[in-house]
Amino acid sequence: MQLVLEKRAERSNTIALISPLIAIGLTIVTMVILFAILGKNPLLALQAYFIAPLTDSYSLQEIAVKATPLVMIAIGLSLCYLANAWNIGAEGQFLIGAVAGSWIAVKTQGTDAGVWVLPLMLVLAAAAGALYALIPAICKVKFGASEILTSLMLVYVADLFLDYLVRGPWRDPHGFNFPTTAEFDPVATVPLLIEGGRLHLGSIIALLVVAAVAILLGRTIKGFEIRVVGAAPRAARFGGFNSNQLIILTFAVSGALAGLAGIIEVAGPVGHLQPGISPGYGFTAIIVAFLGRLNPLGILIAGLFLALTFIGGEQAQIAMKIPLDVTKVFQGILLFYVLACDSLILYRFKLVFPNRQVARGTG
Amino acid sequence: MELVEAIILAVLAASTPLLIAATGELVTERSGVLNLGVEGMMIVGAACGFAGAWLTGSIFIGALFGIVAGTLMSLIFALMALGLAVNQVATGLALTILGVGLSGLIGAGFVGERITPAVHLTIPGLTDIPLVGRVLFGEDPFVYFSLALIVGIWWFLYRTRPGLILRACGDNHVSAHALGYPVLRIRTLAVMFGGACAGLAGAYLPLAYTPFFIPGMTAGRGWIALALVVFSSWRPGRLVVGAYLFGAVTILQLHAQGWGVGIPSQFMSALPYLATVIVLVLLSRARTGGSTAPAALGTVFVPDR
Repeated sequence: MQLVLEKRAERSNTIALISPLIAIGLTIVTMVILFAILGKNPLLALQAYFIAPLTDSYSLQEIAVKATPLVMIAIGLSLCYLANAWNIGAEGQFLIGAVAGSWIAVKTQGTDAGVWVLPLMLVLAAAAGALYALIPAICKVKFGASEILTSLMLVYVADLFLDYLVRGPWRDPHGFNFPTTAEFDPVATVPLLIEGGRLHLGSIIALLVVAAVAILLGRTIKGFEIRVVGAAPRAARFGGFNSNQLIILTFAVSGALAGLAGIIEVAGPVGHLQPGISPGYGFTAIIVAFLGRLNPLGILIAGLFLALTFIGGEQAQIAMKIPLDVTKVFQGILLFYVLACDSLILYRFKLVFPNRQVARGTG
Repeated sequence: MELVEAIILAVLAASTPLLIAATGELVTERSGVLNLGVEGMMIVGAACGFAGAWLTGSIFIGALFGIVAGTLMSLIFALMALGLAVNQVATGLALTILGVGLSGLIGAGFVGERITPAVHLTIPGLTDIPLVGRVLFGEDPFVYFSLALIVGIWWFLYRTRPGLILRACGDNHVSAHALGYPVLRIRTLAVMFGGACAGLAGAYLPLAYTPFFIPGMTAGRGWIALALVVFSSWRPGRLVVGAYLFGAVTILQLHAQGWGVGIPSQFMSALPYLATVIVLVLLSRARTGGSTAPAALGTVFVPDR
């Protein structure tokens, strides 16, 4: 018995729409098996993962808070992936953005600096993220160095740089030697949307980003160029589109968005700069981008869904002692199923039995 | 002199996991498949390798656990990227994300445990020779194995018919298919070999390098191994040079931290990663005349019937 792929005459639009749902369904089936292996009641575990977080206002806000960086980063990554530029170092761009924005917060600490602090932090973070992303992009365009490897290597560098700052020059002198900066001043903090709640202005910014990129991709020439360069490089060359310029552009935009997400996370839910500000947002955002089919609206939904798994994972750990790593396994498996189901859009799967094959004489 | 010997020994130990993982990936890439999941396969190999050694008390069985774990991981990749013709870059990333989660799950129960690391070779008389004795005759078995492996792979790729066929698949899968070679089967085997090597390289870390398991202990070595394959221009000989150069950078920055050079330790720790970026840029630049990469690397192949 052999699995054979048969190219469809044209891409199946029905499957393009339902393939993320099939993938989520298959992932849940796999998770049920994994929970059973771990000796946990699968139904209770699924309830803790996917239902419990949706039942109280605090968790619902928390989902939106977690989805904010995921959506912002994934939107940027989707532009790169559409243009066939492989930025996988968003985690590093996120951290550098957080560092650059925090610089203003640390320097203005305790001064009577006005309302311009936060806007300046956001702008600087976006600029730093973009510049950091331009390193792999320029290495790719000028020297042909694999952007996959260089962007990833820079994640480790950013991580170490942040670690150095909070252990060295920026450490809170009253922080009992913990590696963290002092809590940011109120003018350097992202304002909350609901008094006493968790939801903050960052979520609104994320929604604006989704809308802006939806317009960019759907309504502008640049958006069209990005899609053509990725989908049909030859056609793009004949069309005179400059693919190198698009690599630079998409990397810069995705770096800026990741940097922005970084400072919003630090100046919002976290409140100070410290190591471990990201539970791997930059990598999870890759899954979000693919699960959302590289489409802005899809990414918004996918971001909320993966945020749900983060919150659900924490609740399942508290309620049922399910290890947090299960969430990462879940996310990895989900990406596999998403990719496998995407294959169904272009191909038909067929099982072929060798003896019949011989009879047809096509061996 | 004692210090020089110690540094050489440390460089060899630091280079060995890079060399083993990169050897596997070299074969995979020579068959035309780009598996970016090396880091994921390595970290699962590390967790399973430690588990095997801790449960049985045998380093050898631990290494076998690592190899099997890496191979199983690579089979997921083969099913996706070769069986279902999914984009290889995305699949490799998924494999790494999955591997990091799985290794945390498998290794959780073993954090804080210790094992007796792999014993080093001792040949009375030879091992005691000053300076070179321990370097040549006092290594752990993995070091000798890694060197035997790369020599074996050189011989296989350039001196045997199956090696030639494998390279043909990597350079032009359509022609190889037309000649009647089972491209997908050959590639699956190459991917499995890459997985076995990555698993073994991961297992080396808790079995010989540090005698315990910590989550995330591969610390990007899988990615550096991928960069090494590019560095080597897909040639086994240069791979050895590259792996030892990187091992040397890693060890020298550690020693520099110890000597109290006035540079913050984080900057020194960032050196291997920065070195990777710089090397990739310099090499790619030197090579603008024509690529030495296997021509069909990373492209999807669906046989016509």
